[in-house]
Amino acid sequence: MPLLSLKNLSKRFDKTAAVTDVSLDVERGEFFGLLGPSGCGKTTTLRMIAGLEQPDSGTIEFDGGNITNLPAERRGFGMVFQNYALFPHLNVFENVAFGLRARHKSNEEIRERVKGALELVQLPGYEKRRVDELSGGQQQRVAIARAIAIEPALLLFDEPLSNLDITLREETRGELRELVGRLGLTAVYVTHDQEEAFALCDRISVMVGGRILQTGRPRDLYAHPAQLSVGRFLGRNNLIRVVRLSSSTSEIAEFKTLDGGHTIRVRMNGQNLSPMNQPCILAIRPEHVLIRNADEKLENALPATVREIDFAGATSSIKLDANGLLLEALALDAVGISAGDQRTAVLPPDRISLLKE
Amino acid sequence: MIDPARDTETRRRGDAEISSPSPRLPFPASPRLLLALTVAVVLLYGVIYPNLHVIVASLERDGNWSIVNYTQALSQTVVLESIFASVGVSILTVLLCAAVGIPLAFLFERYTFPARRLFATLAALPLVLPPLVGTVAFIFLCGESGILARLAQSVFHLEQSPWSLRGWAALLLFHTYTMYPFFYILTGAGLTRIDAALAEAGRSLGATRARVLTRILLPQLTPSLIAAALLTFMTSMASFSAPLLFGGGVRVLTLEIYTARQRGDASLAITETVILAVISLSALFFFQRYEGTRRFAAAAMKGSTKQRRAIATGKSRAIAIACGVVFSLILVLPVATLVLVSFAREGNWTTQTLPTSYTIANYVKIFSDSRASEVFLNSLSMSAIAASAALLWSFCVALLLRRKGSRKWKRLLSWLVLVPWALPGTVVAVALAEAYGKPSPLLGSFILVGTFWILPVVYFLRFMPLVVRALQASMEQIDAALEEAASSLGARWWQRFSRITVPLVWPGAVAGTLLAFVIALGEYVASVLVFVPSNRPISIAIASELRDFNLGTAAAYGVALMLFIGLIMMIATRLERRR
Repeated sequence: MPLLSLKNLSKRFDKTAAVTDVSLDVERGEFFGLLGPSGCGKTTTLRMIAGLEQPDSGTIEFDGGNITNLPAERRGFGMVFQNYALFPHLNVFENVAFGLRARHKSNEEIRERVKGALELVQLPGYEKRRVDELSGGQQQRVAIARAIAIEPALLLFDEPLSNLDITLREETRGELRELVGRLGLTAVYVTHDQEEAFALCDRISVMVGGRILQTGRPRDLYAHPAQLSVGRFLGRNNLIRVVRLSSSTSEIAEFKTLDGGHTIRVRMNGQNLSPMNQPCILAIRPEHVLIRNADEKLENALPATVREIDFAGATSSIKLDANGLLLEALALDAVGISAGDQRTAVLPPDRISLLKE
Repeated sequence: MIDPARDTETRRRGDAEISSPSPRLPFPASPRLLLALTVAVVLLYGVIYPNLHVIVASLERDGNWSIVNYTQALSQTVVLESIFASVGVSILTVLLCAAVGIPLAFLFERYTFPARRLFATLAALPLVLPPLVGTVAFIFLCGESGILARLAQSVFHLEQSPWSLRGWAALLLFHTYTMYPFFYILTGAGLTRIDAALAEAGRSLGATRARVLTRILLPQLTPSLIAAALLTFMTSMASFSAPLLFGGGVRVLTLEIYTARQRGDASLAITETVILAVISLSALFFFQRYEGTRRFAAAAMKGSTKQRRAIATGKSRAIAIACGVVFSLILVLPVATLVLVSFAREGNWTTQTLPTSYTIANYVKIFSDSRASEVFLNSLSMSAIAASAALLWSFCVALLLRRKGSRKWKRLLSWLVLVPWALPGTVVAVALAEAYGKPSPLLGSFILVGTFWILPVVYFLRFMPLVVRALQASMEQIDAALEEAASSLGARWWQRFSRITVPLVWPGAVAGTLLAFVIALGEYVASVLVFVPSNRPISIAIASELRDFNLGTAAAYGVALMLFIGLIMMIATRLERRR
């Protein structure tokens, strides 16, 4: 049985629908991500889990009990806010102790647990500091310490790293993952940064326009986005408009591209077969597009002209034109390729996904 | 300050990048009901009933509905003249204050030169001066037998005083002196908010300095200027001490209401009160309507905003310094005069330029004579009662306004809280006196007028909007996420309130309360209408000493009052800064 389970949650603000029919399950001990562009409803979903927002319809179940109408202060979930929301009039100790004082713990236990929490986030001895004296990264750690000090049944993160600079963000990311794992906590993590979500989360739900489009492990989402908007949102993709040809078998499907008129064979690993002669979209990652010499004969080999090469350090992005079909390929090494060359662009059949529009 | 109760929750919310301003967390129904009940009762007794009573009374003659009071009042030339005088004085005051305050703000906020700081610290002085004390100081300084007139007389060997401090000119001079800070301060604040890059962008696009001023700076200042104009207009409409002491032939409405009541012509007083109230409220609506159309979305402010240019070149620097010194002198002179006169031996300043003999007897008298010193205790206790009540009250109102709920009710509540602030003190006092001067349906046979409690109630009603506004401003500054964080950490609503909200708003709330307290200390306009002889406030004592020509004693009272006010304002500023 999942620890947390959202069933058909919906929420409107005035006239705009923020969240529509969201359902998801989070297993015990899982690090679960809500990923989506800003304004997609992920924060609202998190706030409904926290009890800071009431859903218009749907239920939230936690550990088998219905908590939909339970006020935030009685859920016992720790939450880390985007701007940390540290209490400016209290010092570090009192900030971390806040939830323990609300639970009327003894002074001795409070001291003990605050000390422990600050050690966990590597801020021992910072008890007496004022919060506005701390750097952004330190404030962040205090916010995490405050949330874990109450030994939360569930830990909620609302873009907690977005106010940090990039190096600190990556460093904190690793520590956060390690800390949550060590304490055996279950976490729900909201972010718009796919790299962050991929690095942190066991499973991710991609949200766009208030709906969950796809849920799965980061690797699966990346390799096989089920929908056009997921494909667009997660990394770069070559999106190829095609029509399915009637001559395909059930295992290998054949498509004809609208641009260039090429025939492309796709291995249908249990993917939904699209209706015949209907336009649909194929996706292939730039790093999976291979560039071969013009004379090699392979499956899905399209003769193409090199249009442009963008050097980006570790990789180079190569723009190809296959008789009007524009493709992007990512190569570790673009030595020997120059604009105007005639090459063959190879699209390996098992790297191609069929997208729902 | 303009709008003590602007709706706080107009911001849209959603899944934004920045922590979304969220609906405030609800608190349970029972305390909410209690709050709503308290607020409703106070508003009913303090605002709704007295004002309705006055309106109804003005429409009644011999027990029948009738507009004869109005037709009679408006057929008297003296009433028409007083309406004309009130509005005319107020409009001219606004224009004069703008003419003085705006250039000064530009000079002292945009440029820097040696005497700037001196002026900047003194600029708000007239605001701290209670109107009555300011009026008295002005008489000592500029009156026909004041220091300046005597000086001119002795220098030019004149038989008579070269001028008399009477009528329009005197009134406008005094109003300008006491009310220009509204323009000075609000324009200055507006200027510091304007992104300096906008002016630079204008210049880089080829606009001349004059064009930048008229097309970029002034349009952006419009909200500040409207706010200043509103404050000045309302204060001028409510002005009473100055017209009373040196208005001469200018009979303004506040004065007419006072004299009508002294004569015992209650129905005329009531009718004039309603007319004054209608003019004041219409002005408020007019200005706010206009203000609403002139708001600019605050542009993202990045880079340099506050930049004072140093005036370095010889001639303009000398002129600027001279301006600073002269204005500082003008600001200080009335106060200095008051201090000087407070040390003058009674009865010996007759025809000389300055008093000839000095003593501390006046201070000894006001602090040792029990009849003379009790007024301090009276004013302090009544103002303290009013201010503490206002503090408690402001929490009730702010909490009600903050929670989720019908916008219509919240707007009505904000408006009702605002009403006593928008009405001149004369109107508030007359309304209470009329409503509770005889047995009433709300208080039964208890008659409020004539008891100790009438003045604390008047002070509370007049100045509580200031405290509500201060508290609301502080509450708006609290990040909604703080309370949410507290909530997610397990704090119930009373824990959130006592451990998060109260500590965070406390400095602002106390500063607002202290402000209300000092204004109440020097209150005269309403006090003179309803005070009880056994419980006179300081202002009444000053006025009666003045009537008996005990100039030194009146001045000593004034100085003591100023010192109190100065001290408390210092504490308030400290608190304000600690936020």
